[in-house]
Amino acid sequence: MKYAYYPGCSLEATAKEYNQSAKIVARHLGVELWEIPDWSCCGATAAHNNDHLLSLALPARNLALAEAEGLDVAVPCAACFNRLRAAEAAVRESESMRATISEIIGRDYRATNRTRAFLDVMVNEVGLEKIKEQVVKPLAGLKLAAYYGCLLVRPPELTAFDDPEDPMTMDRLVLALGGEAVSWSYKTECCGGSLATARTDIGVRMIFQILRHARDAGAEGIVTACPLCFLNLDMRQGQAAASQGEQFNLPIFYFTELMGIALGYAPKALGLTSHFVNPIPLLEAREILRHPATRRETA
Amino acid sequence: MERVELAGALRENLPLKSQVEAASGVTLSDCYQCGKCSAGCPVAFAMDYTPRQVIRLLQLGLGEEALKSHTPWLCASCQACYTRCPREVNLPRLMEAVRQEARRRGMINEKKVVIFDQAFLSSVERYGRAHEMGLMVQYNLQSGQPFKDALLAPPLLLKGKISPIPAKIKNVAEVKNIFARARAKGGGQH
Repeated sequence: MKYAYYPGCSLEATAKEYNQSAKIVARHLGVELWEIPDWSCCGATAAHNNDHLLSLALPARNLALAEAEGLDVAVPCAACFNRLRAAEAAVRESESMRATISEIIGRDYRATNRTRAFLDVMVNEVGLEKIKEQVVKPLAGLKLAAYYGCLLVRPPELTAFDDPEDPMTMDRLVLALGGEAVSWSYKTECCGGSLATARTDIGVRMIFQILRHARDAGAEGIVTACPLCFLNLDMRQGQAAASQGEQFNLPIFYFTELMGIALGYAPKALGLTSHFVNPIPLLEAREILRHPATRRETA
Repeated sequence: MERVELAGALRENLPLKSQVEAASGVTLSDCYQCGKCSAGCPVAFAMDYTPRQVIRLLQLGLGEEALKSHTPWLCASCQACYTRCPREVNLPRLMEAVRQEARRRGMINEKKVVIFDQAFLSSVERYGRAHEMGLMVQYNLQSGQPFKDALLAPPLLLKGKISPIPAKIKNVAEVKNIFARARAKGGGQH
């Protein structure tokens, strides 16, 4: 199984642990990732707020590079995934748009390849059965809130791999890894995205609501598939809690980190040591990191 | 808002109404004002007009009032409204079209949002990728809040999550050309 890999800008900076852990679990599960050489930014929300053509052309350049290799594209970042899918759909649906985009990017792009969310590839291509077979350190006793945010599942005609109101892909993955997925109502609520930076006063209120609902549902941690959701919930957790006179200690995980842990990799190798809210004490308290042979309970 | 005579307002605002419709691909009369968009909008608490009210203003020919609203700038484009709309009104696109028209008329009510977007795009045009640290510094300086989030920078640097040096791609000229050609085409329709 081979995919073109589009990490996106965040995965080389604030979300470097997502990149690290995604590459580790892909290799472990026999998924070959061919990183698109000299890939460029997808334009994110800024491009699509400002210029429609630019917002399609920027991702299309990367898709064209992958198409030339005959590869589908696997994208860990939910926001990049959404923008790449938008470009793909626009080109597939309209011959004149195909011509315009090809002209703007100076490359032929026909949208013959597909963009897949890395989560979708893991759960639906590699498959939960195969993942389950490889689990050596089950996330036993760990209660997690699967948080999808917006762009991974909306709008459904673009994202199209899970339910936009009650997605279950990550919940089922958590179960396959041996953990518990709590039932909660904020799994697709928006974290504010870049509003948390541009209008922090507004953003922290949105972040607070998500954290509060996860905690109230009994979650001990939140699992995400988006670098911006992660950054808002992890880095701004202190600000968000303080704004409402509360305190949280909710570790945030990328789903790839939890996969890596369950597959037996060390937290440091996966990047778990670079979180703002330290997740290690929780994993230690649940004895997840101990060698299976030394665990008190028998699997 | 002052008292208005609707028939006259509608006549005067027809050009704006059709322009926003063309730019967004949204037919304003599709909306039957059920309010589902606003009930589910995660940013509604911070808006002056709810998303439903923005559409209503445009329907009634009170487009100026919609252009003056903070709502289009605060829309997070989370797509919840569009996903739930029983009439499939693409509200995030409508908000973008209103925002662009407001910008054309120099009516920017949320300067910080615009500064952030521009800082982001200029980073992409210059390096081919977004440079998160440069972006934050530029945003803070231009928005007149140099010490915003200053406490977050040292841990980010220590954890190696941001770098003072931008990651520039090799073929940055290709990305610059994309910007130039998209600009030459005027951004296209929404």
